[in-house]
Amino acid sequence: MAAVTTSTERSLNKLAIVGVLIVTIIFLAPIYWIASTAFKPRNLATTIPPTVVFQPEISPFVKLFTKRSQLRTAPTPEQYAAAPWWERLVFDGGEKVVRSGRGEVQWSGYPNRFMNSLIVAITSTVLAVGMGTFTAYGFSRFRIKGEQDLLFFILSTRMLPPVVVAIPMFLMYRAVGLNDTHWGLIILYTAFNLSFSVWLMKGFMDEIPKEYEEAALVDGYTRMEAFFKIVLPEAATGIAATAVFCFITAWNEYAFALIMTNRRAQTAPPFIPSQVGSGLPDWTVIAAGTFLFLLPVAIFTFLLRNHLLRGMSFGAIRK
Amino acid sequence: MAHIQLKNISKTFGNHTALTGLNLDIADGEFFVLLGETGAGKTTTLRMIAGLEKPSEGQVFIDGVDVANWGAAERDVALVLQQYSLYPRYTVRENLEFPLKPKIRRLPDAEIKDRVDRAARTLRIEHLLDRKTDRLSGGEMQRVSIGRAIVRKPRVFLMDEPLSALDAKLREALRTELKNLQMQLGATFLFVTHDQIEAMSMGDKVGVLNHGRIVQTGTPYEIYNNPRDTYVASFVGSPPMNLIDGKLVDGRAVMAPLNFELPFAGGAKTGAATDGRPLVFGIRPEDVYLETGAPVEARIHDVENHGVEKILTLRVGDAMLRATVPARTDVEIEQPVRFAWNPDKVVLFDKGSGISLRHAG
Repeated sequence: MAAVTTSTERSLNKLAIVGVLIVTIIFLAPIYWIASTAFKPRNLATTIPPTVVFQPEISPFVKLFTKRSQLRTAPTPEQYAAAPWWERLVFDGGEKVVRSGRGEVQWSGYPNRFMNSLIVAITSTVLAVGMGTFTAYGFSRFRIKGEQDLLFFILSTRMLPPVVVAIPMFLMYRAVGLNDTHWGLIILYTAFNLSFSVWLMKGFMDEIPKEYEEAALVDGYTRMEAFFKIVLPEAATGIAATAVFCFITAWNEYAFALIMTNRRAQTAPPFIPSQVGSGLPDWTVIAAGTFLFLLPVAIFTFLLRNHLLRGMSFGAIRK
Repeated sequence: MAHIQLKNISKTFGNHTALTGLNLDIADGEFFVLLGETGAGKTTTLRMIAGLEKPSEGQVFIDGVDVANWGAAERDVALVLQQYSLYPRYTVRENLEFPLKPKIRRLPDAEIKDRVDRAARTLRIEHLLDRKTDRLSGGEMQRVSIGRAIVRKPRVFLMDEPLSALDAKLREALRTELKNLQMQLGATFLFVTHDQIEAMSMGDKVGVLNHGRIVQTGTPYEIYNNPRDTYVASFVGSPPMNLIDGKLVDGRAVMAPLNFELPFAGGAKTGAATDGRPLVFGIRPEDVYLETGAPVEARIHDVENHGVEKILTLRVGDAMLRATVPARTDVEIEQPVRFAWNPDKVVLFDKGSGISLRHAG
């Protein structure tokens, strides 16, 4: 921006800032809602107007991780006194923690589903970004017969909404025994992200001067060594940006996870709403589950934020 | 050190022909400059010797061995580029060490340190060794690039316009340094440039490349004084050679449309065959001089002051002629002057083919 700005430009700037603020608030409001509900006592979760000031509680998270049942009779004072602090929180809510015959606490389905989400999202991201990086390098550096057609074909896999193929995919998966397996979802998400990863990475690869590798080749390195020593470090920004996108897509995917999995390999997105169940839903527990579910993406994005800033400008920054 | 030969090399990229029937012979320890305009095929030639590009036809020999099946790594050449030859994430020292660490010829650590230090001393970049390359100035970067080449003691140094991105002062300094370095190492250098001053001042031999063909190879002296055709004549020299259409009539040069005549010394040598045939007369600006009583009258069209000399543009009719004269020559624009040329220095070119009559045999 030029040092000298007219007053019109300045007021336009202010207007833009106000606009951005409003949009930001609109986007952040649901997240605030979820985060606050996750720490509310159950009776304050659904008040109208919403309660803003309250004593935060940890009980929704305890409930989220444990299997519970309704209390028929209130616990005896001895029972209450003998219980650990987190179990008392469940008693306070009129429920009890389900224990096995030997007295071991029964976990809810949530930790498992969360782990599934992590396994599926991380593995498919690594695969999609890894394969995408190699493919993009090939497209960027070598003359390939029908290069444009191949690239278009890769892109065309994104041209229809994925849900369109959900039923045939389900039948195929059932036939080969891939439904309700981690690998089933990993393959799906990798395939889905791959085209995106190839195209994005190709842009980044094209930005890296091929002179760097050629210098390494002349210096006595193989192309593979040159790729790992020179190209990959240069592509780190692109890889980070692509990984964030792929991770978010895989992490948030709902439709296929709902159709293809039900127990063993089920991820968190279809599981959380299934806990709404019948009767009176405990919104605080759902909010707690959603809140935890938001964290990995937020952390991942936060860790890579410097790369993302540069990556988003797509080579606008001169080397 | 090595002797390089290119035999009958052609290279096409799709429909585009980059090189045709190229023959080149670079002697061991020679500083060979490949001179040509952008797109003439200089870089392609260099990349084929480096093994980064395969010729469509023809052979490359290094020390008499056909290297068609050798990869870039095996050819043991060093490459210095105009830019981008340093790894941005590495320090200067790491950049200098990099060529000494590949698996196929990894040197012991002590040797690496020794070579890096020696190269740094030669190029006076010792104080930069721990700096990241993005904190270097253009001249420092090019020094480090050259350092990356010399640490390896390669058989051939290939340099692709290594000085073009630098400012004039630095370019001049590095030019001398490079030349000294080459003599000190006794290495074979192939230096590619579009700058004819670089070519003339550095090369033991110069090859002029035009549209994928070598037009002329020779010492800078030969190229300058005896250009093979009008292209070389107009490309080499600053200002370039004056080229004027005309005829030889009875041993005198007659510029027909301009109606002026000048004496011509080589008349007897060229023989009667040239009499009356359409020709192009080439004369270097320094061989055109002003003199009272000289045969032709002209007007001063423009004066460029270069310190030690002045470059005058003379106007005869509607033709322009450049003359380099001593700086003390006192002339004004539009002033009428008389000029002549040194008849011994005139080069004749065939009007149709543009080839010098001396080269045509």
